[in-house]
Amino acid sequence: MRDGCPKVAVFFDMLDFSKNYFELFGLPVSYIVDANALSDRYRDLQRIVHPDRFANATDQERRISVQGAALINEALETLKDPIARGSYLLTLHGVEMDAQNESTQDMGFLMQQMELREQLEEVRRQDDPYEAVLDISNRVNKQITSLVGQMAVQFETPTDDQLAAAREILRKMRFLQKLRSEAETVEAELEDELG
Amino acid sequence: MAYSDKVLDHYENPRNVGTFDNEDTSVGTGMVGAPACGDVMRLQIKVSDAGVIEDARFKTYGCGSAIASSSLLTEWVKGKTLDEAQQIKNSEIAEELALPPVKVHCSVLAEDAIKAAIKDYAEKRPK
Repeated sequence: MRDGCPKVAVFFDMLDFSKNYFELFGLPVSYIVDANALSDRYRDLQRIVHPDRFANATDQERRISVQGAALINEALETLKDPIARGSYLLTLHGVEMDAQNESTQDMGFLMQQMELREQLEEVRRQDDPYEAVLDISNRVNKQITSLVGQMAVQFETPTDDQLAAAREILRKMRFLQKLRSEAETVEAELEDELG
Repeated sequence: MAYSDKVLDHYENPRNVGTFDNEDTSVGTGMVGAPACGDVMRLQIKVSDAGVIEDARFKTYGCGSAIASSSLLTEWVKGKTLDEAQQIKNSEIAEELALPPVKVHCSVLAEDAIKAAIKDYAEKRPK
């Protein structure tokens, strides 16, 4: 493509603001996302809205390019994160989650979350704290991976029951995400201390 | 965001932290979680045969407001009957701790926890 002033019509067509994020990236509306296709397409889209291409453009075109860049980044952040992607897919299927107030009622799961947090709190008293925190991180990551797999199944043929199941999986993922970030904080602290 | 003095007091000196044996039939356990922040709260009550809460314990992994809400609640429920404890409203906790609107859900979590603990106790008792 030759550089120069981009034609607004072409630009609009490629960056249709009414498309959903999957369509914007030319990906199927599905929980499973091809990470390579996602990053390739992101680079293509970024090139289209790059400020250098708008050096001689009108104010309106420049404004659209800035909005386009923001949209592309937001879409990427949503599609690459398993929680944000699941939540977005639910929205596309007409399900709005109340992230503030709805929680899982699965007692077994909550007990396990409590135990993992207790173990994380205790790692400094272990013979090898670093090993202990890595062990917790591994277990949390395995749980997240398993939930990602379960989530993908729910969105294959999303009936009401399956959407409800996806919603419950998302509630659980939020707990695991929090735990993972706490484990990562402890990991970083231990790394600093060990120098 | 600044915490109120009462929240800080409970956060720095949490009351009644710990656990009771869940196998004990006089113990009720409530486990709840806050999805937005990933907090987890466990609240346990020890109930006399007369239906009075003799003691309470909690453990909360979460922000200062969640810890303070559950700490305060364990103080409040001691000496109350199950019916009285059931009546405690999150708004009372939020008011006592002067929780800002964004932290009111922490007091909701505490109310859910005591209700869950009472329910667990009731389910464990032979009818």
